[in-house]
Amino acid sequence: MSANAVAANEGGSFSHVATEGLDATHGVVLYLEDISVSFDGFRALNKLSLSIDLGELRCVIGPNGAGKTTMMDVIIGKTRPDSGTAFFGQTIDLTRLSEAQIAHAGIGRKFQKPTIFEHHSVFENLELAMKADKRVRTTLFARLADAERDRIAEMLRLIRLGEAADRVAGLLSHGQKQLLEIGMLLMQEPKLLLLDEPVAGMTDDETDRTADLFLSLAGRHSLVVVEHDMAFIEKIARKVTVLHEGSVLAEGPMSQVQNDPKVIEVYLGR
Amino acid sequence: MKTLLLALLLSFAAAAAAIDRAAVEKLATGEADERSAAISALVAEADPRAAEVLSALAEGEMQTVAGKDGARRVLIVRGEEAVDAVTGEKVTPLPEEREDAIANNRLRGQIEGALAALKLLSPERETRLEAVKQLAAGADEALLPLVQKALAKETDAGIRPTLELIAASLAMKSGTKEARVAAIRRLASSSSPNSRTLLAAAVNDPDEDIRFEAQKALREVQASLAWGERAGLLFAGVSLGSILLLAALGLAITYGLMGVINMAHGELIMIGAYTTYAVQVLFRGTPYFDWYLLAAVPASFAMSAMVGMALERSVIRWLYGRPLETLLATWGISLMLIQAMRTLYGAQNVQVENPAFMSGGIEVFAGVVLPWSRISIIAFAALVLLGMWLLLTRTRLGLFVRGVTQNREMAACVGVPTGRVDTWAFGLGSGIAGLAGCALSQIGNVGPDLGQGYIVDSFMVVVFGGVGQLAGTVYAALVLGFANKFLESWSGAVIAKIVVLVFIIIFIQRRPQGMFALKGRALDS
Amino acid sequence: MLTETFTRLYGPKGWIAFGVAALVVFVVFPVLSLAVPPDSAFHVSSYWVTLLGKIMCYAIVALAMDLIWGYCGILSLGHGLFFALGGYAMGMYLMRQIGREGQYQSDLPDFMVFLDWKELPWTWWNTDQFWWAMLLVVAVPGLLAFVFGFFAFRSRVKGVYFSIITQALTFAAMLLFFRNATGFGGNNGFTDFKRILGFTIATPETRMALFAVTGAVLLATLLGCRYLVTSKFGRVLTAVRDAETRVAFCGYNTVHYKLAVFTLSAVICGIAGALYVPQVGIINPGEMSPANSIEIAIWVAVGGRGTLIGAIAGAGIVNGAKSFFTQAFPEFWLYFLGLLFILVTLFLPQGVVGLVNKLRGKAA
Repeated sequence: MSANAVAANEGGSFSHVATEGLDATHGVVLYLEDISVSFDGFRALNKLSLSIDLGELRCVIGPNGAGKTTMMDVIIGKTRPDSGTAFFGQTIDLTRLSEAQIAHAGIGRKFQKPTIFEHHSVFENLELAMKADKRVRTTLFARLADAERDRIAEMLRLIRLGEAADRVAGLLSHGQKQLLEIGMLLMQEPKLLLLDEPVAGMTDDETDRTADLFLSLAGRHSLVVVEHDMAFIEKIARKVTVLHEGSVLAEGPMSQVQNDPKVIEVYLGR
Repeated sequence: MKTLLLALLLSFAAAAAAIDRAAVEKLATGEADERSAAISALVAEADPRAAEVLSALAEGEMQTVAGKDGARRVLIVRGEEAVDAVTGEKVTPLPEEREDAIANNRLRGQIEGALAALKLLSPERETRLEAVKQLAAGADEALLPLVQKALAKETDAGIRPTLELIAASLAMKSGTKEARVAAIRRLASSSSPNSRTLLAAAVNDPDEDIRFEAQKALREVQASLAWGERAGLLFAGVSLGSILLLAALGLAITYGLMGVINMAHGELIMIGAYTTYAVQVLFRGTPYFDWYLLAAVPASFAMSAMVGMALERSVIRWLYGRPLETLLATWGISLMLIQAMRTLYGAQNVQVENPAFMSGGIEVFAGVVLPWSRISIIAFAALVLLGMWLLLTRTRLGLFVRGVTQNREMAACVGVPTGRVDTWAFGLGSGIAGLAGCALSQIGNVGPDLGQGYIVDSFMVVVFGGVGQLAGTVYAALVLGFANKFLESWSGAVIAKIVVLVFIIIFIQRRPQGMFALKGRALDS
Repeated sequence: MLTETFTRLYGPKGWIAFGVAALVVFVVFPVLSLAVPPDSAFHVSSYWVTLLGKIMCYAIVALAMDLIWGYCGILSLGHGLFFALGGYAMGMYLMRQIGREGQYQSDLPDFMVFLDWKELPWTWWNTDQFWWAMLLVVAVPGLLAFVFGFFAFRSRVKGVYFSIITQALTFAAMLLFFRNATGFGGNNGFTDFKRILGFTIATPETRMALFAVTGAVLLATLLGCRYLVTSKFGRVLTAVRDAETRVAFCGYNTVHYKLAVFTLSAVICGIAGALYVPQVGIINPGEMSPANSIEIAIWVAVGGRGTLIGAIAGAGIVNGAKSFFTQAFPEFWLYFLGLLFILVTLFLPQGVVGLVNKLRGKAA
């Protein structure tokens, strides 16, 4: 479906949007250009420009209030920018789609605080997230196919929650919840994953496994990771973007960014 | 022979005391038009019995039984007692097989007018004044002879001009052309909306002279009415706005600033009103009665504030952060408070008497009287607003309240006793609700259900203005007050209220943050 | 497939309980009420039939409320309105069935004669047809909920805001129906019904038939709701309640889900209202008062939100208590109800069902 068709679709909110066919001909999956957002006079984003390549694993760091979370909010449609453009691939204008449409287009988001469905079992959490027809009509009569069961089982193995499949998700440890949320994202089969502090609250062991998981995902998916845990960043980082006061302060390989005097002053040095 | 003569004599005697039998029978059993004509006939007799017969029909006390000669005999039955409607004689025993004579709404309206017209002949000045007022709002043409009869006798300067207008408004509809023109000219000097309606109808009269006179008169009436109406509407809008503001100000604190959904807010208003009532009872019979409000204002504030603080300590505190549960629990509280008032003061409304300085009003234009009670309430609302503003911006408590509502953790960190501030702030909001109750007691009845009527309105005002925005609450109250009164002037009160509610519902769906919005990440959570 | 659905809805114990309930409604009660002579100790008087029929109507409403509040987390304070609209639609049909047997012996309902009206307003068109009235019962609440919900959910009106504006809606509708000019009997509403579908309404047989139909609708609604909440649709609903943004980021259009459940819930309320009116014999704007709508919420809260059986139990407990109190100690009813609101929200967040489960867990 072309971007125009998607845009036209937005008006009639009862039509189903299946935004298949991401056009990433130039090898770029996400473009942000001159995005500005302000809340009550406070500029959360100030002419932010950023692009993410297909299959790239990008780390975004920056002090509190640098605009990391707001940037993610803009990408997934939770916050509308005051100005600037946000494109997914060459054709999909993110500023004109609803959250659900953006999710369908292939962007998944993990929140700072793990948001999972606390009253559902781990299995059901993955089932709900799984890529499928998500219209009211179909969910009324939906039954799990064997192939779908297998996919959920596979994901349970990957995030090491196979034992806890029938446990209520609210009873998991914080780190397990983080893993479950990552698992839910992956069930959506997104092309771009936005991960907001994914390893907060994890044990060292879980953190290591998550790092490995991310590295194995890169290539097949594009990932944007926001994290304060510098050890974790160093472990997975290829290209790092430093945000400060709502715009990009520095960008480059980890070693280069770490030695950038501007970066040291605002962030690392303190 | 002798008995026959006696019977004849008796019947004559009865006839002398009785009223038109045919008319009474028609009234009870006739077709719609016959019944209406019968009313006119009875009124024309101007007999005190006519009033009794008519009111009996309106009250549903009129019944008929089969008479001797096939006609129906008309009775007035009250409980087990019956009298003959025509003669007024007692009828014993009560006949079986009675049938109700039922009046529909149109007939009732006509009877009401007729009864008022009969009162015009009363020797009591007060009764006549009342009757004149009632008939000035609209009277039936058939009453003209009676009105003219009354006019001939009337000498009181306070009644006569209005009576003349009534006579003119009745006379202009029918009769000779000269009489009608005279009536129209008489109406031109009137400044009552009623005359305007009448003249507007006469503008389309088939007679050209009448049309001309009516047009001329209509212009005069309209000119004198327009200014008064505008001023009246403006005042009514401000007045309603001030009442809404008083009702909503307390909620602007408890809901707007603290985020507590207090469905018992209306009952805190009601408690304030009852406190005013209680204070007034204490002062009754003392020479200081006119000053009872000086005591009632602080008393109602204190009483509602105390109840509010007790609620906050005992129930609401445990439900912070769970708005839907708060809604249900406070609704439960409101039910108990209503029932408590019923137990204490009875289910009936109680009457709160105004102090002398609040009765009456000033007449700014012809026909536009601004009641002192309303003016006082506008002033009172302004004072309460000012006081609240000073309290929130100039005192330590206000600083704490604002601090806690903006960032609870931070406030706690710098040593603000957040729990106590919650209680005080809730007490303040509740106390202001009590003040609203004190004010409302001056313009309406005080009953256990008083608060229920204001709860939806108060929430609408706060939400419409923007939650957390005191200035928004003030604007919203005034805007809604004006909107309501403006719509009322052409659609009637109930429709106006419905339209305003629907408007707010739509408005909130378009702009959930209200007129004055806070934008930011905080709102999403 | 069918057996799978069957086992999904209830376990063996559940189905047995369901069967017993059906037996009581369709066999035990009719026999005790109609076949057992009135002087027998086992006879069920029409008072009880009407009372239980009424409570079953309330139970249907409670199910509807539970569906939207207990499962989807949306507290609607407009459900009394949907209930009353269904009742009014049925009431119009019943008024037309009176025919010329009213006080004024007119083709028009008595209140219209009283107001001196000459013909039926357009809203009454075709209401002498049962099927049309039934269509109105479903369509009017459904359509209102759909349109209202569409705008409210689309603008992301949530939580207490939604509760307050639905309350305002009910309040506005009540004012509207209080007017004589609206054409639905004003203050007094509709009453003095004579017949339904040609049967005299006051006979024990008709009453029992209405009772049984209500029971059937209640059991069917229970099964239907059970199907919904055990389906993926139901899991999405609970997910919306617990973490709405996550649901949206999973690619579900939450507006559609909320709208679907709100509309369905309103329709169920309308049907309950339609069953209620012929049994109690009156419908007036008082049914639309905000207090009634909030009371529905407390039935569900007392029984236990998010469990269907809790909703039914709650409706039974609160309304059973209500008819007890209003007869024995009328002045204490509001104290009791008010206290119930407070105690349940403070101490029984899971309601009676939660309490029972807790006690069972302790015993085991």
